[in-house]
Amino acid sequence: MALHRGRGFAAINYPIGMNLGGDPSQALIHSNPDGKFTVALSAIDLGQGMKSVTRQIAAETLGVPVTDVYVDTADSDTGPHDMGSFASRGTHRMGNAVIMAAKEARAVMLEAAAEELEVDATDLVTDGRGNIHVRGAPGRSITTMAAAQAAQFKQGRTIAGRGIFLIPLSEVDPDTGEMTPVSTFAHAAMLVEVEVDDETGEVTVTDMKSAYEVGRALNPRLVEQQLRGGAWMGMSHAAWETTEPYYPARDHGPVDFNTYLMPGPGDLAPHHISVLERPAEDGPYGGKGPGEMCANPVLPAVVNAVYDAVGVRIDELPVTPEKVLRGLRALGGAKPRRRL
Amino acid sequence: MALKPVTFILNGEPKAAFTEDGQNLLDMLRRGVGDLSPKYGCAQGSCGACTVLINGDPQLACLVLAEAVEGQNLETAAGLGHATLHPLQEAFMQRFAAQCGYCTPGMLMSAKALLNANPRPTRDQVIEAISGNLCRCTGYDPIIAAILDVAEGRRAP
Amino acid sequence: MSGTLTDQPMIDFRKEFFADERDDNLNEVGKPTRRQDITGHVTGRSPFYDDHLFEGLLHIRCVRSPHHAARVRRIDLSAAERMPGVVRILTGKDVPRNLNTLLSLLDFGIDDEPVISTDRVRYRGEPVAAIIATSEARARDAVAKVVVDWEPLPHVLDVEEAIKPGAPVVLDIYPSNKFIYHGKYDHQKLRYGDVEAAFRQADHVIEGRYQMSPIEQAPIETCGAIATPEQNGRYACYSATQALFFSLAVSSKVLEMPSSRLHFIGGTVGGGFGGKVDSIHEPLAILGAMLTGRPCKCMWDREEEMQVGAPRGAERWYIKDGVMRDGRIIARSFTGYFDSGAYTRLSSYAIIKGVGHLPGPYTIPNVSANVYCVYTNRTPATAMRGFGITGVDFAIEAHMDKVADTVGLNPIELRILNAYRDGDMKAHRRLAKNCALIECCQVVAEKAGVKLSPAMLAASSRKDGGGERARLPISTVTDEHGLVRGFQGGSYGRKGAKPAPLSGISQTMPLATPTASQSPPPAAAPQQPPPRVGSMRFSSISGFRRR
Repeated sequence: MALHRGRGFAAINYPIGMNLGGDPSQALIHSNPDGKFTVALSAIDLGQGMKSVTRQIAAETLGVPVTDVYVDTADSDTGPHDMGSFASRGTHRMGNAVIMAAKEARAVMLEAAAEELEVDATDLVTDGRGNIHVRGAPGRSITTMAAAQAAQFKQGRTIAGRGIFLIPLSEVDPDTGEMTPVSTFAHAAMLVEVEVDDETGEVTVTDMKSAYEVGRALNPRLVEQQLRGGAWMGMSHAAWETTEPYYPARDHGPVDFNTYLMPGPGDLAPHHISVLERPAEDGPYGGKGPGEMCANPVLPAVVNAVYDAVGVRIDELPVTPEKVLRGLRALGGAKPRRRL
Repeated sequence: MALKPVTFILNGEPKAAFTEDGQNLLDMLRRGVGDLSPKYGCAQGSCGACTVLINGDPQLACLVLAEAVEGQNLETAAGLGHATLHPLQEAFMQRFAAQCGYCTPGMLMSAKALLNANPRPTRDQVIEAISGNLCRCTGYDPIIAAILDVAEGRRAP
Repeated sequence: MSGTLTDQPMIDFRKEFFADERDDNLNEVGKPTRRQDITGHVTGRSPFYDDHLFEGLLHIRCVRSPHHAARVRRIDLSAAERMPGVVRILTGKDVPRNLNTLLSLLDFGIDDEPVISTDRVRYRGEPVAAIIATSEARARDAVAKVVVDWEPLPHVLDVEEAIKPGAPVVLDIYPSNKFIYHGKYDHQKLRYGDVEAAFRQADHVIEGRYQMSPIEQAPIETCGAIATPEQNGRYACYSATQALFFSLAVSSKVLEMPSSRLHFIGGTVGGGFGGKVDSIHEPLAILGAMLTGRPCKCMWDREEEMQVGAPRGAERWYIKDGVMRDGRIIARSFTGYFDSGAYTRLSSYAIIKGVGHLPGPYTIPNVSANVYCVYTNRTPATAMRGFGITGVDFAIEAHMDKVADTVGLNPIELRILNAYRDGDMKAHRRLAKNCALIECCQVVAEKAGVKLSPAMLAASSRKDGGGERARLPISTVTDEHGLVRGFQGGSYGRKGAKPAPLSGISQTMPLATPTASQSPPPAAAPQQPPPRVGSMRFSSISGFRRR
């Protein structure tokens, strides 16, 4: 019996958004009497951080502190139409809709401030801390709260904005597959180290080193959440999970978490992440969407590492001890490759 | 169907509820008392989302008969922090240790039981304590780090 | 490894890459701001759909097929109706419009799936009735009392078995067990250059077969919805959906109820990963509320989540590469089979997405693909994190490792050598931009101590792309393999087809798309078209029905 170490590599890219387009997202923003803002959406936060990232985008565009913005989602009576949270479309599509809505609201806010300050609205800037002032003259200023109250109770203006983002639907040529899929891609490369036990067939992922290119990291901690959790899921897909362990047979399907296997907190591998940020031309502040692609490079990297360790190619996921042992038997024992 | 009265202490407050035949504690807490912090994840005792403390011990509310908590002392995530947050809650926030948040209340209760019994656990002891709580979002590492922050006195337990 | 995990910095932001393309001086964007929802999460007060309590809540549980395929001769509900706590039993007859395909919202595909099956089941677990009772336990007890007279039918579970002549037909509208693309072919094609000629020129031809098994999304919160009557004939629906208006539109369609009478509330969801798009629970919960006048909850237990809930479907891929001695890949062909299960759901679209992604992040001058959406008698497949891409990326990158092995190249250098760069022409005939594969490879090599040659270290996504690499192939070989007859289109994106005449306001909608091909396929004697089920279309985009 011996433990064999191996390293495997994979690199991927990932299309952001529903790939053929035709998937609109809308946003509405309005100010409250105290100059705070409510963003009304129908987007879904299923853990990816939709409420948080749209909040930061809205605050950035409005020019107010993030604490002055609250995102209210999802209620179909108040939030306008959105296709949904899938296909890595949320940040990209909804982020752009929020920017459009926030720009419209900001313009009204600046007009209201201009009337109070008796200046031209085009001369006004925001400091991001709740003040609006004349460019180059911070002394001539008004708070966003005072501007909002003047707009509502004195000038009779609504500080509000509407936004939509839509990439038109692409056609697909039946004969060549010519199409206009997505507008931007995220990227990743991953090197994993594994230990393969040639007696039990067990594969343990012992280390992951990755580089993920995600466009601008709109919130670095939310990006890290996606990458770390997603790579864990990739490891799980590679060596643990399936609803049909003997696919295409339907037998032995798991019905609980004792039979549907996933790595637990004791099965983790250290994951050293590097984040690269190449802004997307049409992404909100250059953001893409790291949520889906983070798992993808781990699957092939693990099978490539198993080959590197013992010379067995596993071309059917998940990599189970049974498949490794059958491969080792066919090979007449471990044949380490050690190419990386 | 017979309804049976049950009285118990929940997060320091005396409570009374009626329980139906065969009702589990999870259902009684959520529907009977209105404490929505324990979550339904499987009702098979295999995910940990409904973890509560009964007399300080972590238990899966989906596997406990509601009538069995008569006179017992129960704690849930809803009682962890009121005016101020519990150090574990602060640490989870600081470490970005929740994404969808669905496993979080159960995870916090398993962590609290650990720290009550062992204020200075090792990393392996933390892992063991939460090994019955499944998380599908985070990859566990931020959760382990948050609990260790409290254990190592970076935050007062 | 325990004890070491947090000892070293586990993440770094390599700001030096592409720094000239970014302004890093923003106020809020780029900051590590805490999540807006985090306080709710750590106090257990975030309002998930099941955290809305209703007096008199009823519970819905389905009666499910034990067979992979069967005819339903008779359903005897009499014993179940007499069970304590049973308020109402739903069958397919109660569903106003008991046929849908999820992507009809995008005008993509033909309605093929009943909400509750009436005459036939096509997968183990398909519902044929739904019990509404005063508690979940009572609903379960009553489910056990429903007697169904089944006539088991032959079934097929393997994708390549399913497309053989004589295989049991899963769905009558797709007699060859294959989805029909653009009303024209039984698969989605990609044709770019001439792969066969290039294989003849290549120094090595490397082939592989790859299989992904089905995977469960496994959110800790199972799928579900609660519906309750509101005022003025409206219904509120609290849902775990990942797509609020998707679920609203599906409910509106199958219940034949204007969307203005539906009020959907959600947005705080306990994980999704693609498993909460299918909109199964919302229509049932609303229908229950309509027919009983009481709040109704429809929710999967964990076993249903795992075996009835649609997984990431299985995929089988065959890849063939033509490679030169120096590692340049000059041709790559794919044959792919997506196991859609018994109904279409989202698999047909996953294939379009996958085909647009081929041949992966590499510039290869000759690419070809035939990808099939195959019906089998298993749980229908749906979306999951990495939709349409995860499976083929596994295949491509496992295959790249074999290519590296064959030509004796470092696997990282092989990727950089073939990586796509800004300005390169991709196989779907659009230019690449904003590329960063090479830089990711270089960073990982550096971190892992893998030595790269000076040329590979100097490579950049921003140089040496375009030019010759931006040109379309001189000629592309096309074929009519897999041509089908008698289909009337029924999916958008049929290039060159004139928009079908649409009624009323729809003519002014920019997104109105052809729903039927205007001419029969070339050189084909028109045959009797297969019975078209559900030719009425509904669009969430345009928001109205049309033929």
